[in-house]
Amino acid sequence: MRYIRDSLKQVFGFRVPRPAKEQQSPEVKAIYERKKGELTKEELEKVRREHKGTFLNKWQKRRWATLVFVNFLFVASYYFDVQLVEGSLSGARVIGFHMADLNSALQIALAYKHIVLNLVIGMVSVFVFWMLLGGRTFCSWVCPYHLLSEWAEYLHFWLVKKGLVKDHPFNRKVRGVFYVVFALLALVTGYTVFETVSPTGILSRALIYGPGLALIWVGLLLLFEVVYSRRAWCRYVCPIGVTYGMVGVFSPVRVKYNAEACHHEGDCRKVCLVPHVLDLTIRGGAVEVNQDVASDCTRCGMCVDVCPTDSLTYEIKGLSKMLK
Amino acid sequence: MKASKPAARKRPAKSFKRKQQSRRDFLRASVLTAGMVGASLLGFIPVLQGSSMRLRPPGAIKTPDDEQEFFAACIKCGQCVQVCPVEAIKLADMNDGFGIGVPFLDARAQACDFSCDGLQCVLACPTGALTHDLDYPADTRMGFARLARPDACLAAQGKGFKGQARGPDFPGILRYEEVDRWNPIPVADHPYDLELCDLCVRQCPIEIRIAQCAENASDDQRDLARVAQQMGHECPPKHAISLQPLESDDGVTRMRPVVQEGCVGCGVCEMICPVESAAIVVDLDKNADTLGG
Repeated sequence: MRYIRDSLKQVFGFRVPRPAKEQQSPEVKAIYERKKGELTKEELEKVRREHKGTFLNKWQKRRWATLVFVNFLFVASYYFDVQLVEGSLSGARVIGFHMADLNSALQIALAYKHIVLNLVIGMVSVFVFWMLLGGRTFCSWVCPYHLLSEWAEYLHFWLVKKGLVKDHPFNRKVRGVFYVVFALLALVTGYTVFETVSPTGILSRALIYGPGLALIWVGLLLLFEVVYSRRAWCRYVCPIGVTYGMVGVFSPVRVKYNAEACHHEGDCRKVCLVPHVLDLTIRGGAVEVNQDVASDCTRCGMCVDVCPTDSLTYEIKGLSKMLK
Repeated sequence: MKASKPAARKRPAKSFKRKQQSRRDFLRASVLTAGMVGASLLGFIPVLQGSSMRLRPPGAIKTPDDEQEFFAACIKCGQCVQVCPVEAIKLADMNDGFGIGVPFLDARAQACDFSCDGLQCVLACPTGALTHDLDYPADTRMGFARLARPDACLAAQGKGFKGQARGPDFPGILRYEEVDRWNPIPVADHPYDLELCDLCVRQCPIEIRIAQCAENASDDQRDLARVAQQMGHECPPKHAISLQPLESDDGVTRMRPVVQEGCVGCGVCEMICPVESAAIVVDLDKNADTLGG
């Protein structure tokens, strides 16, 4: 229950307060107690150096490969007419089976005010698919805009280092506002207003059906992220992320945090797209020794890659236990 | 509750800075919201101006002057694009505003000749934006053809036509049943030699369908039920276009294409018309139903 509540809070941009001492389990309290005075800078540098040897961006490589492969499947299906994945990311037939992006389908339901059976089938299959695989897994493992904005983010970091730009974070609640506003706009105007600016839809169509003027808009978004606010679209605007954030609440695929060896140095939070989900890695932030990262997490694995003590790992709830 | 008390005592010290910070926060978030929502609402402009009105695929749920329902129902996935054998369907770009990603046809470049037989785009549509209420090509209401430039029409001048209808470089394709029953071929590969140009009538998919019906029916009247089955109980459809004689005093045979109530607005006549620019075009603001009513 706590996981669901905290997850939904974070998805809509609300802060989850640090747990009070009374809420923490005695085991995790003991761990925090034991670490007092034990975590030195030298110690940390040592584990970091050790970790560097094995640090290969393993998950990032896998993720990029998956993202490119999935989008390539769409493109190849059309160009070579192999009919594996027909359509685009908003709606597709996968080997003949209907799939419909949940957010696109929602916008349609609100604007059109009818919903046909095929769309319901598509929504249910996508819901089940992403519920099993982690919800916002869609964002980091499939969405083509995510990849571009990841590259834009590296550029942003470089410019920040040079002192040329500065990150301007927004209040994350604005994402909940966008979600409601776009839903209302669809309902009131009768048009799928969000699709006009959705870089996910624009990029997916551009890849499959050829480029167009709309890519200029995507370029402007990326520019905004590079020079003004890091990963602004994914963090503060995109309702697709909110939708899948809610789907992910029920997902067994999660990132698990173990407080035992954690140095609380925050390397994970620095690379994270949604660092609020990693607040539990701050000293005193965890309730249990082993705790799952909330569903706003995109399961991108950057923290799993970067963590010097392997305190963050992927887990599949239920399955992981069986495998052990 | 107990814990909140000391925090409340501390607050006055932080208050001013905090207030300013949260005001700035709120302002920036508001600007972001206004900017994004404003940008997305720019999509209204082409809709209000009517510049997003286009020839839509068969079954599009629209009226001649309102595409709102169609835009709302379309999921912008392009599955209709993928199944079209003549690749007539394209997806609209950002300059169509809310119509971004919505399918359309440019009849002059590539019209819909129904060579898929089964209205594949309608079958592919996952959201019913291309309605399944449509059973046969003749049920389609895309628009209505009109002889826009009667003076340019070759038939009206009593002229014939010889050669490739749209020149050697025209990439458009059509299905010519007598050449290949299943695969459309380039129009450029199918030159004509006509005493009097009748391309718009000759290539009209509805007229072709009527001719097929007639052929099959005359073979064996008893087989009519089977033929009707094959033709989808829509055999024959109503005439869409025919050539009618013009009065002339110099002994030259002159004819004029006359669009009839069976016209579905597929645009093949506009595509095949050999004069530049086409003498016959498809109007979006009419269809066979609105003419009747």
